[in-house]
Formats: sequence, C-alpha cells, structure tokens
Amino acid sequence: MADPIRWARYRWQRLISTEGGEGSSNSSNKCYQSSKTIGKHRIVIPCLGHFKEEYEKVSKLYMNNKIRTTKYTLLTFLPRNLFEQFHRVANLYFLFLVVLNWVPLVEAFQKEITMLPLIAVLTIIAVKDGLEDYSKYKMDKQINNLLTKVYSRKEKKYIDECWKNVNVGDFIRLSRNEIIPADMVLLYSSDLDGICYIETAGLDGETNLKQRQVVRGYSEQVSEIDPEKFSSRIECESPNNDLSRFRGFVEHSNKDRVGLSKENLLLRGCTVRNTEAVVGIVVYAGHETKAMLNNSGPHYKRSKLERKVNTDILWCVLLLILMCLTGAIGHGIWLSRYSEIPFFNIPEPDGKSIPPTLAGFNMFWTMIILLQKTDSTIQCRALNIAEDLGQIQYIFSDKTGTLTENKMVFRRCSIAGQEYCHEENAKRLESYQEMDSEDEDSVDRQCGSSTHMSKWRGHNCRAVNEPLNRKSLNQLSGSYPALGREDGAGDVPHSGHVAFSSPIETDVVPDAQLLEKFSQISFHSYQQSEEASSKLSLETTYITDFFLALAICNTVVVSGPNRPRQKMRVSSLGRMPIKSLEDIRQMFQRWSVRRLSSSPLPSAKESSSESPNTFVSKLSIFRMKLASPALDGAAQRAAEPHNTDSPENSQVPQELAVVDVAAGCERNSAASSMELSPLPKLCYEAESPDEAALVHAARAYKCILQSRSPDQVTVDFAGLGSLTFQLLHILPFDSVRKRMSVVIRHPVSNKVVVYTKGADSVMMDLLRTASEVGTNNSEMEQKKIKERTQKHLDDYARRGLRTLCIAKKVMSDAEYAEWLNHHFLAETSIDNREELLLESAIRLETELTLLGATGIEDRLQEGVPDTIQALRKAGIKIWMLTGDKRETAVNIAYACKLLEPDDRIFTLKSQSRDACALVMSKILEDIQKNTSAKKNPSQKLGNVSASPSTQAPAFSAGLVIDGRTLEHVLHDSLQNIFLELTEKCRAVVCCRATPLQKSVLVRLVRNKLKAMTLAVGDGANDVSMIQVADTGVGILGQEGMQAVMASDFAISQFRHLRKLLLVHGHWCYTRLTNMVLYFFYKNVAYVNLLFWYQFFCGFSGTSMTDYWILILFNLLFTSVPPIIYGVFDKDVSAEILMQLPQLYMMSQKSVAYLPSAFWITLLDAFYQSLVCFFVPYFTYYGSDIDIFSFGNPVNTAALFIILLHLLIECKSVTWIHTVVIVGSILFYFVFALAFGATCKTHNPPSNPYWIMEKHMTDPVFYLVCLLTTCVALLPRYLLRVLQGTFFPSPVLRAKHLDRLTPEEQREAIKRWKDDCTVNYRVEFQATSRSSSSATAAVSQEESIASVLPTPKTPFQACSRDGLVEDTSFLPDVQDESGNTNGLNSEKTVFLNSSKETNSDTCVSSNSCAKVSVCASQEGSSAISLAHKASLNSVLGEDDALRYFTKLES
Amino acid sequence: KKMENKTSFLPQEGEVRPSRCPDNSAFKQQKLPAWKPQLTIATVLSSFFFTGTFCLSVGVCLILSANSVREIQIDYSDKCSDCSKLRENSSNWNKECHCSVNFTLKEDILGDVFMYYGLQNFYQNHRRYMISRSDAQLLGRNVNIQKSYCTPFTTYRNGTPMAPCGAIANSMFNDSIDLFYNLNSSVIQVPLLKTGNSWWTDKNVKFRNPKSYNLSSAFAGTARPPYWQKPVYLLDEEDERNNGYVNDDFIIWMRVSAFATFRNLYRRVRRIRQFADGLPAGNYSFHISYNFPVTKFKGRKHVILSTVVWSGGSNPFLGIAYVVSGTAATLTGFVITAVHLKLRKKKTYFQK
Repeated sequence: MADPIRWARYRWQRLISTEGGEGSSNSSNKCYQSSKTIGKHRIVIPCLGHFKEEYEKVSKLYMNNKIRTTKYTLLTFLPRNLFEQFHRVANLYFLFLVVLNWVPLVEAFQKEITMLPLIAVLTIIAVKDGLEDYSKYKMDKQINNLLTKVYSRKEKKYIDECWKNVNVGDFIRLSRNEIIPADMVLLYSSDLDGICYIETAGLDGETNLKQRQVVRGYSEQVSEIDPEKFSSRIECESPNNDLSRFRGFVEHSNKDRVGLSKENLLLRGCTVRNTEAVVGIVVYAGHETKAMLNNSGPHYKRSKLERKVNTDILWCVLLLILMCLTGAIGHGIWLSRYSEIPFFNIPEPDGKSIPPTLAGFNMFWTMIILLQKTDSTIQCRALNIAEDLGQIQYIFSDKTGTLTENKMVFRRCSIAGQEYCHEENAKRLESYQEMDSEDEDSVDRQCGSSTHMSKWRGHNCRAVNEPLNRKSLNQLSGSYPALGREDGAGDVPHSGHVAFSSPIETDVVPDAQLLEKFSQISFHSYQQSEEASSKLSLETTYITDFFLALAICNTVVVSGPNRPRQKMRVSSLGRMPIKSLEDIRQMFQRWSVRRLSSSPLPSAKESSSESPNTFVSKLSIFRMKLASPALDGAAQRAAEPHNTDSPENSQVPQELAVVDVAAGCERNSAASSMELSPLPKLCYEAESPDEAALVHAARAYKCILQSRSPDQVTVDFAGLGSLTFQLLHILPFDSVRKRMSVVIRHPVSNKVVVYTKGADSVMMDLLRTASEVGTNNSEMEQKKIKERTQKHLDDYARRGLRTLCIAKKVMSDAEYAEWLNHHFLAETSIDNREELLLESAIRLETELTLLGATGIEDRLQEGVPDTIQALRKAGIKIWMLTGDKRETAVNIAYACKLLEPDDRIFTLKSQSRDACALVMSKILEDIQKNTSAKKNPSQKLGNVSASPSTQAPAFSAGLVIDGRTLEHVLHDSLQNIFLELTEKCRAVVCCRATPLQKSVLVRLVRNKLKAMTLAVGDGANDVSMIQVADTGVGILGQEGMQAVMASDFAISQFRHLRKLLLVHGHWCYTRLTNMVLYFFYKNVAYVNLLFWYQFFCGFSGTSMTDYWILILFNLLFTSVPPIIYGVFDKDVSAEILMQLPQLYMMSQKSVAYLPSAFWITLLDAFYQSLVCFFVPYFTYYGSDIDIFSFGNPVNTAALFIILLHLLIECKSVTWIHTVVIVGSILFYFVFALAFGATCKTHNPPSNPYWIMEKHMTDPVFYLVCLLTTCVALLPRYLLRVLQGTFFPSPVLRAKHLDRLTPEEQREAIKRWKDDCTVNYRVEFQATSRSSSSATAAVSQEESIASVLPTPKTPFQACSRDGLVEDTSFLPDVQDESGNTNGLNSEKTVFLNSSKETNSDTCVSSNSCAKVSVCASQEGSSAISLAHKASLNSVLGEDDALRYFTKLES
Repeated sequence: KKMENKTSFLPQEGEVRPSRCPDNSAFKQQKLPAWKPQLTIATVLSSFFFTGTFCLSVGVCLILSANSVREIQIDYSDKCSDCSKLRENSSNWNKECHCSVNFTLKEDILGDVFMYYGLQNFYQNHRRYMISRSDAQLLGRNVNIQKSYCTPFTTYRNGTPMAPCGAIANSMFNDSIDLFYNLNSSVIQVPLLKTGNSWWTDKNVKFRNPKSYNLSSAFAGTARPPYWQKPVYLLDEEDERNNGYVNDDFIIWMRVSAFATFRNLYRRVRRIRQFADGLPAGNYSFHISYNFPVTKFKGRKHVILSTVVWSGGSNPFLGIAYVVSGTAATLTGFVITAVHLKLRKKKTYFQK
C-alpha cells in the first residue's frame, strides 16, 4: 500500500521539477529557445465572419502549411551553391591559386587552363547538389499536394485542399486513417465521448493508439461543429518542439476560458484511427508544427575517413610547401651563382634583374601553383559516408518495426495451472516463418521492392480465404493518402491496429486439449458450476472466466469490415437476424462498389464530396436517438446503409482500377465466408497489439467479442450463446500499475466481477493469499495453481514471450458500492485526481483469483538475433533506444539476444541527478570489481588458450535506462561517467526515450567517445537520431517514409544490416581507404616528377610536360581506374564475410588506413617518382633531347606505373578493370597523338607538336617506359608477394578461402571458428566461475522475471567471438529444464525473503534481487550451483540496496 | 556501388519503385566474374624469372649497340680563350674572332656522322626563358607579339617589333663551325649538310616564313633581336629554303633542350668522295667563328662528332640499367624460390 503514496510523491516532485526547470532538457535545441524569445503566445482565430480583420492581421505572422526542405531555389541555386562550396577550404585555396596565376610574375600556367580543374570540380558538385535538392523538392511537392478537407467559407462546406494551402485558423475535417496535415486543436470527434484515436507511430514510434480529447465544452455538442458559428479565439504557446506539451486556452466570445492541453492537440504526421470523423482548427502549420520542429533538418555528415584524410591532406600540403621552399631556396642559390644575368634568365622589363631572394619567393609561388595544380584531383574524390559502414562501433537501434515485426502473436496459455502449449499454433507460426523467409530469399535474389509487389499480390490472395478481409479493402481503397504509403500500404501491414487482420496474428489454432475441455462447457454446466462450485467443474469455470477475461478485459474497439464501429453497437437481442441480412447487404454493396468503380468519374466524385455531410448528419441523428434506448436499434439500422457507403465512396474515385480488382476479391471472400463460416466479419482495433492478440485468441476458441459500447460488452460464447455484460468500469492500463481491469456485471450470476490483466510481476502480489493455513480446499488449490502458473510464466519468459496474468475477483454488491463511492470521489476531485484514481484502482485490484497466464510473442523480425550476434562478433556495440516501456524493451532485448542470459542487467532509474550519479558510480565499481575478479581465473587458464587475443571481456553487463533518468544522465556533469559505464556494458537499452533524447544520446557517444555510430530506425521518431549519427540507416517499414528519407542508407529489414555492414561496409571501407591511399600515392608520385625536374632547371618552376596533358593526366587519364577500383574491388567474397564477422574488426580498427600505411604509401610514391624521373633522365642525359620530348616518356611511364600499381593493389580484377585500364592507356595515347598532331600554336608556352608521333617510332621510348615501369613497381610487387606469403592478414587469409572448393571452404571456416572457440571455451569457464561471485556483489540488478531469455542458446557467451551456428557445444535441453526446476524452488524462497525486507522501501527496485536468480537460469549446472552458494550473500546486500532506493526517492 | 546501394532501396513515390532497383545483372549486382590474383611466391615466381631474362637480354643488346657508337667530343671553350675573353665584353659584339681546334681520329668513323655543338650549364629549360617565344609569329602569322610571352624581347624602345621575338631566339647559338680534313698537308673541307637536320614537321609545318614576294620584304618593319648580328632573313643567304624562320639552325635552337647540358645537331657529314663511308682516320681541324659567349654563365662549348644507332647515342645507361634490373629480378626470383622451398616444408597457414 505504500506504493501509491510513493508514486504520488514522485508525481508531485516531477510536476514541480518540470515546471521549475523546464527547457533544460530542451536546451540543446536552438529552435525552441529562439521561438521562446520571439513571442510568448500565438493567437489563433478562424478566418471567418467577424474575425476577418483581426485574422488577417494576426495570421500574416504565421507560416502556412507549405513545407520546403530544399536548400536552394532556382534563383538562389548558383550563388548559394557557390557560396557553400567555397566554404570548403580546399575550394577556396584553389580559387586563390587561380587568382595567383593571374599575377604575371608567377604565372605558371596559361590562365585558362588553371581554371579547368576548379571549374570541373565545382560543376560536378553543383550538379550533384542540384539533383539531391531536386529529389527533395519532388518529395516536398508530393507532400504539399496531398489533399485534405478544409472548410471553405465561400462554399460553406469542406472542400479538398492541398496541404500547402492550409493556414492557421482553418478548419479541417479528417476521416479515419487520414493523416493529419497540421497541428490542430480537436474540436469535434464523431466518437460519442469526444475522443479521437490517433496513431503517433510516425512521430514517436509508439504503436499503440493515443486518445485525444475534444476541447472541453465542445464534446457535449451533439452535432458536428459548425465553423461558421465558431466564435472563440485560441491562445496558445509559440511553436516549439516539445511533443509532449501543449498549453493554451480557448476564449469564448463570452470571455470564458477553457484550458487546452496536449490531449486536445492533433499532431501533424499522425494518423486518425478508429474515429470516423474529426474536426479541428489549425494552430501550427508547416514548419511550425511540432513534427517539423523535431526534425533537425538535413545534416552534413563527414565520414571518419574523410576527417582522417583531411589531416593527411595537411601532411601532403606540408610536404608540398616543403618542396616549394626547397625550390625557392634552390632558385635563390642557383641565381646567386651568377655574377651577371645569363641569357636564359630573363631580366625584368626595365632591364634590371631581381634579387635572388625575391626571385626565390616568386619561384615559391610558381611552384605552389605548378605542383598544387596537378594535385587537384584529390578534390574530386568520391568520399562519402559509405566507407563509414566499415567502421561502425556503435549501433543505435529503434525497437518497434526495426527489431520486431510489430506483430503480436498469441503463443501459449496456462489456465488454472494447466499449460496448453498450442503446438498446432506454433507449427502454424513456423510455417509462416518459412513463407516469410521464402519471400525474403527472393528479396535477396532480386531486390526488396519488386518482391513487395509479389507480396502484395500474395496478401490479396490470402485475403480471399480470410474471413477478415477488411485490411485488403482498406489498402485498396486508398485510405492512406500520404507519404508514399500508397505503395507501402500494399505490402506491409501498417502497424498493428489496422492490419491486425494479418493472418499470422488473427489465426490462432486452438489447442486440441483445451478445445476438448471447451466443448464440455455448456450454458447449463456453466450455471451449475457457477452455483455449486463443485470441484470437478472448477477447471471449466476457470477456462470460461479466462476466456471471458481475454475477450472483455481490454479496450478493443470492434468494427465490421469496412463498417464504422458505431453501427456495431447493436444490442444483443435481435442481433442474429440482422447479421445474416447484413451479410447479404454487404455482398450487394461490394457488387455496387464494383459497378460504381466502372461508372463515369463525375458521378463518383459527386458522391464523394457529398457523402461526408450526409453521413455526418445521419450520424448526428443517430446520436440524438441514442439517448432513447427504445429507438436505438431501429435508428441504427436506418443509418447503416449510408454509413457504410460513405467511407468507401469517398475513396473510390481515387483508385478506380485497384478497387476493381479488390472488389473482385472481396466478392469471392464474401461468398466464401457466407458459405463456410458463420463467424461474423469483425475487426478488432486495439490500443496495443497485445490486446488484439488476446482478443483474437479468445475468438479462436469461439469466445468472440461481438461488440463494445461504453456501457456494455457482448461476447458470443460458444457453449453459452451470446452474453451481454454490463460494463461498469474500465480501469485503464498504466505503467505504474502495469495492469488493467474491467468491472462488469455478470449476466448469469448477476454479480460484480473484476477481470484484471497485467504483468506477472505485479499480479502475483495481488492474488488472494491464504488467510488461514489450509482451511479451504479451494485455497490450497489456488496456491497450487499460483505456483504452477508461475512456473509456466517463467518458462514463457525464458522463451522470450510477453507474459500476462489474468485474474478475476468477484465482488458483492455492497463491496462494489463502497468502492464505487470512493472511486466517484476520486473521479470528481480536482486536485490530485490522477493520484486518487490510482489509489482507487489499487484498492479494487486486490484479493484476486488467478485464472491463468498468456504468452504472447512479439515476433522479432526474421534473423534479428543472428544479425545482432554477428554484429556483436564483429565488435560492434549495440544500443537499443526505444520509446516503449521498459518491460517490453528488455523483453525484446533478450529475445533478440541483445542481452544474454548470463549478462548482468543494471537498471538505471533515478529521480534525481545526484542519485543517478551515485548509482552509476556504484555500478561502475561493481563492474570493475567483477572484471578484475574475472581476470584471475582466466589467467590461470590462460595457458590452455591458444591465443591471448580475446579482448572481449568475458564478464558482460547490460544496462537498462529509462527516459527520465536519461534526462539526468545527459546532463553535462554526468555524461562522462555514463559513457564510462556504457563502455563497460555490452548492451544498453534505453526505454521511454524521446526522439530528441535519442539524438542527443547518439551525439554524445559520437562526440565524446569519438566512435563511429550508426542509427537504424523506421519511424519519424528516429529521424533526428538517424541524422545525427555518422551513418543513418532507415528501415523501409511500416511507419512511413520519413526515416528512409532522412537516412543515408535504406534497408528493408533489420537483418539486412548484417550484410550492409559486414559485407558492404567492409567492402566500401577497404575500397575507399585503398582508393584514398591510392590517390595520395598517385598525386605524390606525379607531383614529385615535377619536383625532381626542378633540380635540373635551376628551380625555375618549369614543367617538362605539356600543361594540358599535365592537368588532364589527373582529370582524365588516371581518374577512372581508381574509381573503378573503388567501386568494384572485392577483397573477400560476400559469403566469407558473412560467415566470418571477425573480419569486420579489421576495418573497424582501420587497419587499412593506419598512419604507417599512409607513410609507406608516400615512401613508395617517392621511390616510384624517383625511378620514373631518373631512368629517363640518365637515358637521355647529354643528348639532344628537347624538354617536351624528355617529358613524354616520363609522363607515359608514370601513366603505366600508376595504372599497373592499381592492378597490383586490386584484389579482384574483372573485365571492367581490364577495359578501363586498357582504355585509359589507349585514351592517353590517342589524346597525345591527336594533340601532338594538331597543336601548333594554341598552347603558347608549351608546344608538344609531333612529339608523341616521333616517339612512337622510336624503340628507345618503349624501352625506357618498360624499364621504368618494371623498376618502379618491383618493390611493391615484391612487398605484396612477401606479405601474401609470410604475413597474410586475416583478410588475405579469408581471401584465400574463396579459392577453395565448397567443402574445403566449409572445413576451413570451421577450423577458423574453432580457433576462436577454443579461446572462448576457456574464457567461458572463467566467466561462469566469476559470475557467481559477481552476482553476489550486485545491488542494482533489476529483476524482470518475465524476460528470461530463450533456452535455446544458453552458451551465447562462449561463442561470442567464435562461430555462428556451432551448436555442438550446447548442453542438453533436457538437462537444463531439470535444472530450472531446482532453481525455482530456490527462487520462491528467496522472493519471499526479499519481499519482507524491502516491501516498504522499494518501488523501482522492488524485485531487484530476483535477477540473480534469473541470471542463474542460464542452464549451466555449474553456474546454478554457484548461485545457490551465492544466494545468501545477495540477501546480505539488501541493506545497501535499501540505501540506494532511499536515495532515489 | 554506394550510389547503387542507396538508390536501389530508396523508394520513390508510388508504383515506380520496382524500376528503381538495379537490374539483376552481374554488373549491377557486382557479381562479375573476377580474376582474383593471389600474390604469393608460388604464383609469381615465373614473373620474376621472365622479367629477369627479358631485361638481361634487352640490356645486352643495348650495351652492344651503344658500344658500336663512335663519338668524339672536343671542348673548345678553353682552346679559344682569346675569343672568349673578347666576347666577355659585350661591346665587342661585332668584332669577328676565329680560332681553330685540331684533333686526330685514330680510327675511321663509319656510317653517318653527325656534328653537334654542345653547351654546358646553359639553362635553356629555365621556365621564363623557355616560354619566351611566340609560336604564332614563327608560323609566319602577323601577330601582335606584345601580347605573347616574348617579353622583354618583343619590341625595341621605338616600337619596332623583333623578328623573331623572345629570349630563346635572341640567345641563338651563333658560332659557325667548319670541319677540315688534313690529308697529306692538304686541307680538305669536309662537306657538311646544313639542312635536313631538324624534324621534318618543324621545318614544314611548325615554322613558316611570312608570305611575301621575297624574304626581306616579308620581314620589313621588323628588326633583328638585339643579340643577333644579322636579321633573320639573312640567316642563310645561299639557300632560300633555309632562310628566315625555316632556317635549320634556328629551328633546332628553338627546340628547347631538356637539360642545362645538352647538344644540338649542327651539321651532318655529306657522304661523298673520301667521306662516302664516313670520316676516315686522320688529322682534322675545326675552324670556329667564335661568337657565342659562355663565360657569363660559366658555360662550356663543345663540338661533337658522333654516329647514331637505333638506341640513340653513345650513352650506355639504358643498357646497363636493363642488365642491372634484369639481374636483380632474377636474383630476387632465386631468393624467394629458396625461401619458398624452405617454407613449404613448414606448415604455412593455408596448408593447415
């Protein structure tokens, strides 16, 4: 009972703290602050009637709903792009050089040629920018031109308008499944209670439906709000990016003010669900909407490699300056040797000679121009963030839709201590999995999107046999107007609520055993059991109640296929006849839809524009009538046809063809369902996917939720017929209670019954405990049931299922009346209403009788655990950042092997910053203690281990942190310790994190740890995180396109991340590093040729090569091959890379681009340039060779050397390489020949006329080129050969595997893995030993009894760095289960004791010590033994624990 | 690849999505058949031996051919010390100075004999020197040389343009060298060819005299460069086709040499009478009209008689380099073979 009080206190503190120190969490966002200073409020007035003048005055200041995310417009493109490009120092530098070249004294080149490279680079980049911007423009345009219904004063009705034409103050009317175009205050909802459901998945990723409330005062209005009569003004805060806050008030014309909160605000980008029609007034539009403000906008990312390259460029520049300085000094010295001006030193125009120093200085500039010019291609480098994929150290992943499919599937249940495995069901799921994987295979084979099409078709066909085919109709009727969903909707079921009709989720195959028991239930027997409560039928009662609870204890909204739910409010009387009639009518309707679709467009349009109004008016009639129950049914029946018409009709014209097809399908299905299944076509729309799953499960047992209205629920129970329960109360789910309850009056027994459903961690404590020992049989039974259920629960949790307990309580009328009294008080109180309600709820939910438990699977996406494991092995740390609640997050983390059985989980959950700091330092201490403790045994065993290279700590910890604590943690003072802590943890799970927090977290890791980060997500809530991370990956999933648009890479499923990183990341990285190194090499080698020549021309800055060829050499002749190299090179095949994630670590440690590699490359470049220059030099020394004839072989040899060098460095050579290299050489010769033949005067200072032609007939030329090339490349060739033979890097070794036959390859890979595994077995033993002692020391461990990992992989740790699929080492599963049994008894004992000690202090860690037990269930007997030994010491830690909990509170 | 990666998955609005993905071709999917060279000793041994053998054989050939070249080089900058002293003072520019240099050929020089003049330490490749010319002017076009790179040798103070302009032309080598054969106390002038020494393309395409009825009128209105003794249209008064810009000596000089020490072809021995087979052994003398001052830049002047083979002149470097690198490659081949054989017995990683 202490819990609620503590909770209340906490809420209060929090309220105060948010009021006092608000904005501190947002301080990172400038937008927010600036808007805060501009003006405090905004006034929103409708653009109507008497407000007109004021409206015009006010609304000028506000943005309209047009968005523009492009950087440029057509006009500003050129200046702005140039401006931005010259922001890059390099470009500015080149501009400087160009300008310098115009100074006659130091003019090294013809002025025009100098500009060529710069212009080329600028043009290429400008074109690229332009194209990128254009695609953004197209996207914007698409969004801006989406249609929505805006009230038009002229026409006195809602007309279609583009999003961009929506202004602040406009009235907008939305129907179900439409996307909200702007932030608006909800003024009307077709829902009786003034509630509107929205799905915010696109915004924060939370997939459950959110309720929004019509502004107080408007909800009472029965008819739809008339904009003409709206005479109030709205005052609210200025636009800000805080999604969870909205303040303001409505001032009516009579100066009455009604407060507005975020409950009244519909946010742009969300989708209206379950609500037929809503009307709102726009308060923020366009860029001022919260969704847009949360988008931090495009973000220029620089890859790590680029940053590194930049420093190396600095080195190169330094080198260059050194060279130029040498030139300057040399020139000075050279000049000073001459006492008078020689002929060849041209005097100044005035006849005087310049002093050597000045001449030297001039030379310096000249050299800079000369040498730098040739260096210019490095500018053009194709660096992108792609190579970062090869260096990722941290992955930040969203949960929903990224790791999971977001499909909840009913897996198992346990009723009255009896487990029903639902094996058939499991088989069904497996078969689905196979089907999925088949689909996915084809994704691999072709490409994601084409299979989307095939899937889409597949879904349709499946829908034919589906009783519930609402979904397909939904998809086809074009009800997703926005954001590229037209296509997306087809294949991927949208998030849970709409697409619950996905067969995986809806088809539950009943368990045979349970079904049999079910068949025994009849109305009679039920009544009997109810009254007599005989022992025999106790189980029957339990089963009945269990399924009733499943069906009733929820907030699921029932609607028929394509029928609005209002009309389902049919009283249970008279339902049967209507049903069949309805079916016929529906069938007819579909026919008519089909006919309609083929009818001419105008008529369809007419009906579409008309229908909403008629529909609404009908609705309002219907609502009024509802007041008088007698007329109820009739009125509804009257309203039905119109109702049903409208949503379809309005949608039909948009996609005629599609509907045509769909209608065909529908007809089939309607017919088949008519014949085969008497089941009504019902559709369940739930707030959370779990609920829907449970309802569907109940439905499979013919316990069908038929309808739900605010005051009654109808359930069609197989044996009992239709039952209508009077719904007395719903105590909704909240994260504190972790349960929900419904209070009903049972129609049979006429008793008040409470059904409660909740997390087992809380439910188990609320059960009725045996008051007196062994007085009652049933109580004994209860106890037994409880124990057995707990066992099942543990088992479920270990299988990664989400568990829920179902319980029941029967109340007497008196009890109920008393409670109701209290509750009423609570409801009506103004202060602390929430707290009192909570208290009231808690009072109700006691003394429960456990009925059973369910296990729901939140299906992971296929291959997620494997992917995570592989990425782990690749040395990547994975964080999960989710907006979901902690239990779910941790559960999933276990299921996807982010957290592993023997990981120790630390939960960070503190209310204040100081407490947080303390807890963190304590955890750190613990970890350090453990790691050091771990070392000892591992050292002992070290001699066994073959290599000491296993750096991964065998002790592994996981950190769970929630959003509120994150706020503290992200404060400057705690950042460092937090990072230190996370570095020690293998996995971090952040739950309840806001989008902004996600991005701040990513930025923190990125900036402070200087680590490469990758963010992956699928929703708009991940956008900011994706943009902040070094690499953003969008998952093309169910939540719209924002994430994909913001991302750098888009994948269709999480598991593709494995290939993306391990294969493409590796490739991109090695390719690009090699390419960059090659660029350095190329430029240094080439520039040095000119430098060496300076020693023979008095350091005067002469180039022996024609200027055109000099500049085109980098721009044309040698630019394509390295790019081909950077595009096509594959050092190791994809298969090997996938199988050996360890290879990724090589690139992670940037092995390919170590400083040594850089300097070796430079050295080699120097050597090659020396050879390339001096071989021709000595050959032609003293001959009558002229300057360009000398330059020609040098240049040609350089071309050969540079291209063949590439060939040596290439890991794989395809015909493209050959074509390009040969083509480059041919192109060079053709160009040189053509240039030599035509150029007589148009290149004034240099004149290579006929030189190439002359050389082509000269054998010496060829001999020189040949020798030069051979000698220059020999060392590198030799180096590579020696390296390949004696010190093969892992990559080379892996490359070798490629050449083996498949069998040999498999053998070799296995051997390779074994190498690692041997280490790990040893390591593992060390771990297991240490973890026993470790557990004892931990005080902050959080127990999540429900989240025990799957039993399949108890030995994860041992294979962390080793094999992927080696199961030979796994112990017997049988063995393990026996083990668990033993442990459970331990646990219960332990639980009791721990409860005694902490019950009064712990809320957040009330079950803290449990985990040590959980952790011990990893299946190894050695460990469990150790745990038994350590239990005592855990208990001993309780004092410390209490200390911390006090601190927290 | 990056681009493909990105665009392939990036869906665009609506139905066009399938078209955005790359074709399932080997090229787009990067599954081209590739040759993956594995650079290990075993695979590359042959290349070392092949290279070694090839280089050695070429080197031997080159050395042999270079050895067959006969060449005689005479430094006459000291032997004409009087003249060089005279030329140190630029005011004596119009005074003639002759000297003769005697030498003896111990054996015949057979075949075509080329006569070069060589200059040492003359930085023709100085940047500002070598750009100081106007190719357009030398093509005979009437161009405004003021705008060319010829400065400061474009015009005289009075505005008369120089023909040809520029520093290169101005500093043209203007010694004249004649070769005499002393046979039994009679002195026979060796017949020398002064045309046909330059590249055909230079003579016929790159250098053109301005069009006019005669040469002197073509160059009317221009003046000789300051260091020249006579105007350009008097470079060869005997041969109309070797006069003006198309004068071979001029063309050759205008082909700027690559290094500070260089030689330019001056004359070829005309193979008639006694000299039909080349130069017979005996005493010879050069009669030199010493005009070109070299002391200013501490230069030296040579006159060179040489034959030419396919591999160029007497420079043996290329041959030696081939032999050396061939040897090196072969040796390396042997060494790594040895290493390889030794290591093969031990288990290397791959064989494990």
